[in-house]
Amino acid sequence: MNAHSEMKVAAEVAAPASLGIVMNCQLEKVFYGDFLAVRNSVVPIEKNKITGFIGPSGCGKSTVLRSLNRMNDLIPIFRFEGKVTYHGQDIYDKKVDPVVVRRYIGMVFQQPNPFAMSIYDNVAFGLRLNGFKGDMDERVEKALHGAAIWNEVKDKLKNSGLSLSGGQQQRLCIARAIATEPDVLLMDEPCSALDPIATRRVEELMIELKEKYTIALVTHNMQQAMRVADTTAFFGVDISQGSRTGYLVEMGPTKKIFEEPEQQLTREYVRGEFS
Amino acid sequence: MDRGFRGIAWASAAFILVLVVYIIFEIGGKALPAMSQYGLGFLTSTTWNVQTEQFGILPQIWGTLYSSLLALILGGVFGIAIAIFLTQDFLHSGLAAVFRTIIEMLAAIPSVVFGLWGIYVLIPLLRPVADWLHGSLGFVPFFGTSLSGPGLAPAALVLAIMILPTVASISVDSLRQIPYKVKEAAYGMGTTRWEAILKVMLPTASSGILAALVLGFGRALGETMALAMLIGNANQISLSLFAPANTLAALLASSFPEAGPVEVRALMYAALALLAITLIVNAVGLAVMKFATRKFEAER
Repeated sequence: MNAHSEMKVAAEVAAPASLGIVMNCQLEKVFYGDFLAVRNSVVPIEKNKITGFIGPSGCGKSTVLRSLNRMNDLIPIFRFEGKVTYHGQDIYDKKVDPVVVRRYIGMVFQQPNPFAMSIYDNVAFGLRLNGFKGDMDERVEKALHGAAIWNEVKDKLKNSGLSLSGGQQQRLCIARAIATEPDVLLMDEPCSALDPIATRRVEELMIELKEKYTIALVTHNMQQAMRVADTTAFFGVDISQGSRTGYLVEMGPTKKIFEEPEQQLTREYVRGEFS
Repeated sequence: MDRGFRGIAWASAAFILVLVVYIIFEIGGKALPAMSQYGLGFLTSTTWNVQTEQFGILPQIWGTLYSSLLALILGGVFGIAIAIFLTQDFLHSGLAAVFRTIIEMLAAIPSVVFGLWGIYVLIPLLRPVADWLHGSLGFVPFFGTSLSGPGLAPAALVLAIMILPTVASISVDSLRQIPYKVKEAAYGMGTTRWEAILKVMLPTASSGILAALVLGFGRALGETMALAMLIGNANQISLSLFAPANTLAALLASSFPEAGPVEVRALMYAALALLAITLIVNAVGLAVMKFATRKFEAER
């Protein structure tokens, strides 16, 4: 049995906890209004690993990522069919409050989006939201250390988060996301607005962060997936129905996806034959 | 072409500056005799007696600030609430646009119409409420007198309605300017809708909302016709919401037509005081806004 089908079996047969699978996305159909955006994709997310989502634009990789903490619920016409289990609990269950889901499953966005508040207040935001009563200063410092930005901002915690450079803002957003110590961190093309040096810093940071967190990362940059992802999911676009519907083509250890993929489509994509 | 437009723009800006200086100079000049005669005591005296030529505007200053402050509280709360309602996905966007147009149309209603509405509709409506409040809570200074007709409460309510379009539409603009990614960030942190609004959206829009409040307050301070009709023109200082009072603008409007030369000089002094109050309020507002902006926004 090869790694790819093993993964599939693991995802479908489940018993997620024993295999270290924190989340399992069993997506059947995702619609925006009448438009079928993504279909039939099973994406398990393993603990303390970075799972990279790659694929051409319009393949639904961001949509899938944003389904993992119900961010897509902000879009009124969005509709999800299927299940996303988080420690065995379906987060799309009617009883589940999406607000609570997002407190466990943090998110870092494509554009750095710090709040128009001080650096300190940005990081403390989630802690205050959760009614944290302990030593706030300590947690803020810890989060800023964790996001590898402490040395740059320690003398200006009162300054606006918006006064930082783009790369610093993104690391501030990472600090904000990890301050509450979420279980899973979703990163939606976190480096696409950053220059190469800032990108490198954030990539190093991701590798440090996976010691404590489980990360799912969407990237349009295949080199980035090769550098940081342990597991890679390749999504493709199906245009056979006259529409553009994304789906999971293949998922497996990053090395395998890039060096000896099973699917012809994956091979063409990782060779850069289309994008 | 470019130079021509630049010239026109410069000339227009300069014209405004010249106009403001000219107005201050002209009113100041006419007020000068009264200023030297009554000095600063004019601002703290409470009598306005043409026969004895004793003039003082403390009740009017009090009435101006009190009525405007009440209007600001009411109009501010409702204006911001409306802005939230119109921008934070409570309404379908088409419907929100209709609502917004209706609210902005309030600004087109002439002041005198508001005054008439106040006299014929609002005061009769208020009377039973005022009587009840005075009757059962008369020991509270705010309800210390009964409403005999015109008074502070109807005046402040009408003022609040008049500043509502200003506060609401500027707040709507500043809330709408917030990029979508900020809202995403808030929800991504696990806020509920109201947490996102109160802890992220409003603070982010705070400088614009402050501007809306300052402009609304400035408008309330200077509003004349509706107030002259509704406030009761009584020279007294009272905390009671139902007591008649007076404002500087109403004093000017109601006294000028029949004033002799001595009273006109005193009225000019009062006009200068009103001008000073509005300028100070606007300057303080701008300073607060600048402070808030520097603190929260920095360079975008």
